[in-house]
Amino acid sequence: MTAPPEEIAAKEALPFAAAPAAGAEAAVRVPRVGRIAYRELAIAAVIAVALVLPWVVTSFVMFQLTQVMIYGLAILGLNLLTGFNGQFSLGHSAFYGIGAYTAAILMHNYGVGYIWTLPAAGGVCFIVGFLFGLPALRLQNLYLALATFTLATVMPQILKFHGLEEWTGGVQGLVVDQPDPPAFLPVDSDQWLYYFTLAVVLVMFAAAANLIHSRSGRAVMAIRDHPIAAAAMGINNSLYKTLTFGVSALYTGVAGALGALAVAFVAPDSFTIFLSIALLVGLVVGGVGSIPGCLLGGLFVLYVPNIAESVSTGLAGAIYGVILLLVIFLMPSGMAGFARAVWARLSRMRQI
Amino acid sequence: MKRLTRRTILAAAPSAVVLAAPFVARAKDYGPGVTDSEIKIGNTGPYSGPASSYSAVPKSQVAYWKMINDQGGINGRKINFISYDDAYTPPKTVEMARKLAEEDKVLLIASPLGTPTNSAIWHYMNQKKVPQLFVATGATKWDDPKGHPWTIGWQPNYQSEGRIYATYILKEKPDGKIGVLYQNDDFGKDYLKGLKDGLGDKKAMVVIEASYETTDPTVDSQVVDMKSKGVDIFVNTAIPKFAAQAIRKAGEIQWKPLHILSSIGNSVGATLKPAGFENAKDIVSDFYLKDPSDRKWKDDDGFKSWIAFMDKYLPDADKSDAGYVAGSSLAATLAQVLKQCGDELTRENVMKQAGNLHDFTVPMLLPGIKVNTTPTDFAPVKQVQMGKFDGQRWGLFGPVLTGAVT
Amino acid sequence: MELLLQQVMAGLANGAIYACMALAVVMIFQAIDHLNFAQGEMAMFSTFIAWQLIEWGQPYWVAFAVTVLVSFVAGILIDRVLFRPIRNAPVLSQVVAFIALFSILNSSAGQIWNYTIKSFPTPFGHKPLFGISLMDTHEAGMIGVTLAMLGLLYLFFRGTRLGLAMRAAAANPESARLVGIRVSWMTALGWGMAAAIGAVAGMLIAPVVFLEPNMMLGVLLYGFAGAVLGGLTSPAGAVLGGFAVGVIENLAGTFIPYFGRELKLSIALILIVVVLMFRPSGMFGRRVVSRV
Repeated sequence: MTAPPEEIAAKEALPFAAAPAAGAEAAVRVPRVGRIAYRELAIAAVIAVALVLPWVVTSFVMFQLTQVMIYGLAILGLNLLTGFNGQFSLGHSAFYGIGAYTAAILMHNYGVGYIWTLPAAGGVCFIVGFLFGLPALRLQNLYLALATFTLATVMPQILKFHGLEEWTGGVQGLVVDQPDPPAFLPVDSDQWLYYFTLAVVLVMFAAAANLIHSRSGRAVMAIRDHPIAAAAMGINNSLYKTLTFGVSALYTGVAGALGALAVAFVAPDSFTIFLSIALLVGLVVGGVGSIPGCLLGGLFVLYVPNIAESVSTGLAGAIYGVILLLVIFLMPSGMAGFARAVWARLSRMRQI
Repeated sequence: MKRLTRRTILAAAPSAVVLAAPFVARAKDYGPGVTDSEIKIGNTGPYSGPASSYSAVPKSQVAYWKMINDQGGINGRKINFISYDDAYTPPKTVEMARKLAEEDKVLLIASPLGTPTNSAIWHYMNQKKVPQLFVATGATKWDDPKGHPWTIGWQPNYQSEGRIYATYILKEKPDGKIGVLYQNDDFGKDYLKGLKDGLGDKKAMVVIEASYETTDPTVDSQVVDMKSKGVDIFVNTAIPKFAAQAIRKAGEIQWKPLHILSSIGNSVGATLKPAGFENAKDIVSDFYLKDPSDRKWKDDDGFKSWIAFMDKYLPDADKSDAGYVAGSSLAATLAQVLKQCGDELTRENVMKQAGNLHDFTVPMLLPGIKVNTTPTDFAPVKQVQMGKFDGQRWGLFGPVLTGAVT
Repeated sequence: MELLLQQVMAGLANGAIYACMALAVVMIFQAIDHLNFAQGEMAMFSTFIAWQLIEWGQPYWVAFAVTVLVSFVAGILIDRVLFRPIRNAPVLSQVVAFIALFSILNSSAGQIWNYTIKSFPTPFGHKPLFGISLMDTHEAGMIGVTLAMLGLLYLFFRGTRLGLAMRAAAANPESARLVGIRVSWMTALGWGMAAAIGAVAGMLIAPVVFLEPNMMLGVLLYGFAGAVLGGLTSPAGAVLGGFAVGVIENLAGTFIPYFGRELKLSIALILIVVVLMFRPSGMFGRRVVSRV
């Protein structure tokens, strides 16, 4: 155990011999308080900017930012499973697709209102994720990767299957109507979609942060770091792992439903293994195990392919790969990890 | 001299208008993206991702417009052709289409490639009244001037081709067993539907419907399966890679059915050469474009002009890739539409002229096949001609046909 | 019965492709403990190099040998330049680096050599084996070469000091270092060998599937499935797994009514997952025991 605060304060205070005891106490406490305040200030600032943006940027940029938030939410789902619980998944494109198709089928075939499709998509995905998590308990690492990869490959095949064409629209896909804004708000349908997505994303991010900082969250992370120790401490590994799978699928499924509303179209070709890979890339680039990092990952997934393409359309893929490598080299813990390291260095410099 | 009464002035009015008409008519009417010196046109295509093998289509369009600009543009205006990569993913196509329409403010979007990708932007384009011209896919649904007046296709649609194969089969081998090889997505299923619709009551002739995915390494087992089930009519609607594999495997296992190849996979250089010319003898297919790797066209004027275009603007390209033929032909058709617009370059007039093409031809269309559209007929190219491979080149035979799909 | 035999043979022929790839996958896994997503693209790129040499007039065997050598060196370079700096980064970061490599190789190949399919020669010819149309000489040759490579690898790892050193470095890097083994060079050597095996696999596979930039994507996925099915710690298991995947997929496609044709890939993968339920480390894999 470390020495009691008074001793540390006394030692630190030596060069400043006149420092009173109260000041020494404060010298220990103030940095911690300052750090918390900065983080909450930052979150508040980001939310404020997000609220104002639709009145400042064009409709198109707003559409892009809506998609960034949606990808960020999908990546958060993957983060819960892979980042916080250590279960490697290549199959999240399937959950995204299930969520999107649930929303599309409900709206297209049954005329359900768009708001209800979100909980429906979440619910369906939770069940599928939970059920998938059960057999996944037996698999580790690359074997789990194959199992999840199977899920990602099977999904487009099922969606194209002619026997289900009546519901899924087969290879042609389904058209989804963009939600109309409520009559009493002075916004157009693009802006409404942006605010709606923003609200959903904020709520779900807050819930995830809450979850992670709770006892359950610590249990989930303990399972990732030391599964045997966690079991020895009385944590029900199997239950937590399958529940995490379910919750992770729920998050990505809701993102998928929002995606269906934003793009106004679903087709099997939108939900292939390449989407899973893109989400994984977004997760790592944003920062594994970091909740705000998910949004940075979403930014990467949407904008970097465009940047790569503007450099050279023929070699777009190669430029993308090079940018990705640079990010991995310079920021091995992702952008969030990098930001944290920079912040830590800055605050250390301030203390001196 | 008549008195200048109200009546005389009113009587003189029409002639005054007529005298002034040339000056009035030449007044320019511009839609978005148009200035006195420039027309902005948008495009999307798969430059990256799993469908990147079709990147020749947008690339050849970019090169074509460069050529047009070097020749002085259209009616004195240069074309600013903005082409974006959508990696064949519908959400990306939607994003790029919105970027073109809302940020780049183009006059129209030309020849986006792919069925799911075009389906994704279909409603948006018609809602925002942005022309979606000459889409680079053969799905049947683009010919819908009533429901979607801002969208128009170009190539003969896949269902009509399927019907043509059915007609040919019913004529040549009405009591055979048919096996179909098709890609498990929109265009493959469209071919299959057209074939079965064309067979009508004799639909049961189709005993095997063998699909494949683009991630499958080979289609050898599908071919082996067909031979073992006694199939003697093979409808091969696969893309060049798998069509070639099927042709080669059929040769290897000494299976010689009546082999019908679709227009997607009938290139001499891209399909038949790798498959082996001996294996490809007597294969039948349908054509609307000239095959650049077929030496019979070498003295044809249209062909020579295309070769000159490729040599100057895409010198490193592989000329046997049919995508370059398709792309340049799409662009040439659009060039005609723009010419017909004159100075009235609004989106409405663009659609009007797109529905107003009469017996127009581009260098690489087969002789006898013309582009024709009317306000109720949004299928520019409807005709094909059958051909048979003699071991060296395709020999066209029979009349120019149309698949007549409503 | 004849149909069953035919489809089994066709499945074995396809499976030879997957087995070849699976061997390369397991090889790299043993060296670096990760799955290399870019393995297929490296093999494809190597095959294009061979093709280019043949186009420039070199005889097949010269092109073959040069390509294998170049691939070996390139594999070592990729390890030293790209992966050594991020060796201590989290696992997922390394996986993403593989994805980046995939993207770079795929896009460059498409730009340099375009997308038209090309035929690639085979020293075995394409005639039916012993006159029966179930398998042709090239497919038989492919199986033969795969088994031969497997045999050579076995001899190398079990019978030579270098092989032993590589196994030690992969199994327990710290202890290996204490014994004087230069672990990072062992890893580089593993990369080089995997790249070389991949090149051979590519040159065997291309004559069947035709050479084009996207030719290896499907093959890698099937090869991965085969390797996992057989067990990632067992090269022989991987080869068997590859064959098994080919046969299962063919039989599923032919004999399962209604779903079989369209969903045969899904069925094959689901079956593999089911097998994993009962043998979580693959059919022949060893369970890795780690100290608590």
